[in-house]
Amino acid sequence: MWEACFPSRCPPEPSRAAGRTPLRARRLAAVCLFGCCSLVAASCQRSHAPDAAVHEGRLTIKGSDTMVHLVSMWAEAYMACHPDVDVSVTGGGSGTGFAALINGTTDVCAASRAILTREREAARQQQRNLSESVVARDGLAIIVHPDNPVTVLSLAQLRAIYEGAWDNWQQVGGPDLPIVVLSRDSSSGTYLFFQEQVLGRRDFRRDARLLAATAAIVEDVSNDVGAIGYVGLAYARDAGDTVKVVPISPAPGAAAIEPSLETVTSGVYPLARPLRFYVAEPHDARADAFIAFCLSPAGQEIVRQSGYVVAD
Amino acid sequence: MARLFHSDRSVRYGLLFATSTSLLIVALIFLFLGKEALPFLANPGLTQLLGTRWIPVSFDAGSFGIVPLFTGTLLVTSLSLVLTVPLGIGAAVYIAELAAPWERRILRPLMELLTAIPTVVIGFFGLVVLGPWIKYLCALPSGMNALTASLLLAVMAFPTVVSVSEEAIRGVPAAWKRPSLALGATPLQTTWRVTVPAAAPGILAAVSLGAGRVVGETMVVLMVTGNAAQLTLWPLKSVRTMTATIALEMGEVALGSHHYRALFCIGVLLLGVTFGLNLVAQRALSRQTQSH
Repeated sequence: MWEACFPSRCPPEPSRAAGRTPLRARRLAAVCLFGCCSLVAASCQRSHAPDAAVHEGRLTIKGSDTMVHLVSMWAEAYMACHPDVDVSVTGGGSGTGFAALINGTTDVCAASRAILTREREAARQQQRNLSESVVARDGLAIIVHPDNPVTVLSLAQLRAIYEGAWDNWQQVGGPDLPIVVLSRDSSSGTYLFFQEQVLGRRDFRRDARLLAATAAIVEDVSNDVGAIGYVGLAYARDAGDTVKVVPISPAPGAAAIEPSLETVTSGVYPLARPLRFYVAEPHDARADAFIAFCLSPAGQEIVRQSGYVVAD
Repeated sequence: MARLFHSDRSVRYGLLFATSTSLLIVALIFLFLGKEALPFLANPGLTQLLGTRWIPVSFDAGSFGIVPLFTGTLLVTSLSLVLTVPLGIGAAVYIAELAAPWERRILRPLMELLTAIPTVVIGFFGLVVLGPWIKYLCALPSGMNALTASLLLAVMAFPTVVSVSEEAIRGVPAAWKRPSLALGATPLQTTWRVTVPAAAPGILAAVSLGAGRVVGETMVVLMVTGNAAQLTLWPLKSVRTMTATIALEMGEVALGSHHYRALFCIGVLLLGVTFGLNLVAQRALSRQTQSH
């Protein structure tokens, strides 16, 4: 099977890839790599550029925790056909990625939010011009414990919960139970996206528990009956039955919309956002080649298989 | 003879250098922290730091009040000391005064094993086991709060408190205890009325060193306190400590931004607190040895 998928010039080298990406991402990647390896192999043939240096050396990608699954899988697939490229992927949050890109410690920043004015300003001060490309889309799923009977939340209700106006599930038609509000910490792009889209740029309630990773939010929501959290669609999908995704209605009384590939693609789901890569100019040819791969049909097939939504 | 003298001197200087390295490093750390933190005092100013809201990332200006972070550290530290100090002193008295030699030979190394547990493992235990227990026992919506963290930190400070106070208690000369026994006091009375009071400075040192360990601990509080930067002294609420704030946010800040400088201000405060605690401990210890 492996032999058939990969041309002899392009061995899969699973052991090389092993040390770089988190275990969970690797497992997922292994599954999907198997599924789409024929596509990747096809694209490999095409993208063997005459300039060999493009496919050599080291490429670091840092940023969004939401994207770390997806980027790891891209990296695995990419390294499988370009064994001389060493792509390392780390999360930490979009803010971390931007800081690293501005400070010159990463080649590519993965971001689940657009760059802020002050970050662009900071980049300019460091003589760095940043350019962006949208590589995928994602919906933000609102998750609660599976035993929570609440079936729908409006954006206004969500805002009241996260701003601190409401703190009991009774106020949104649930049981008499205090709401435990969970959020990512402020280095997360999802944090800022949520603050902008749901809270209208106002600040989060001060007793919101800030967790350092998206996986921790999923874990905590699955344990606390009163908890509510927001995570990327792919995380909610991976969590399966351990959490419940609450459909969102854009206005009180309007029909509730479940986050899914269709609703995010068509744009009816209110909490959808593009996922981007940022690179500093002048462009690194290696980074450009990698981004081109992500946007290629093979790369977008990986997006589909990993539970995210394709770029356009 | 002259050559021997020469090499003697060079060894002496070499050793002096080795000794002063740690001093030099401490001085450099103070200097570096101060250099990165001081500009914050000029702009946006000290009053910003004294605010009660820590919202570093905001669409508004952002506020950098470190008071809730300070009270978070204070709450977690004092709570864990309340738990660990009586227990620790009791254990120290037992090991120093009452335990048979073979008991001591087993107890001491076992206790010191506690310090060998990686803090992230303790934090993980708190997240998975202790947190849900606290949640159930106190009928709380969530087990991530100051109490859970304090319990874990108490375990971590325990060996420090025990071993330092045990040494202090054992250091009390027999010449002080014998008269008490000769006057008819029971061994227990002697222990509580003579030995422990005489060891008080050493016990104070033990408490300060334990407090220093708790104040500086990062991983456990990051994992189990819930990290909500709210101004509270109620143990069953979620708090955020100074160390956890630095660990959470240092990765994201752009060099030289207000947020970056505010984090360094927290670092200076943290260093000041642990430095003060160590100073107290050292003074107490030297008083103890002088008095005997």
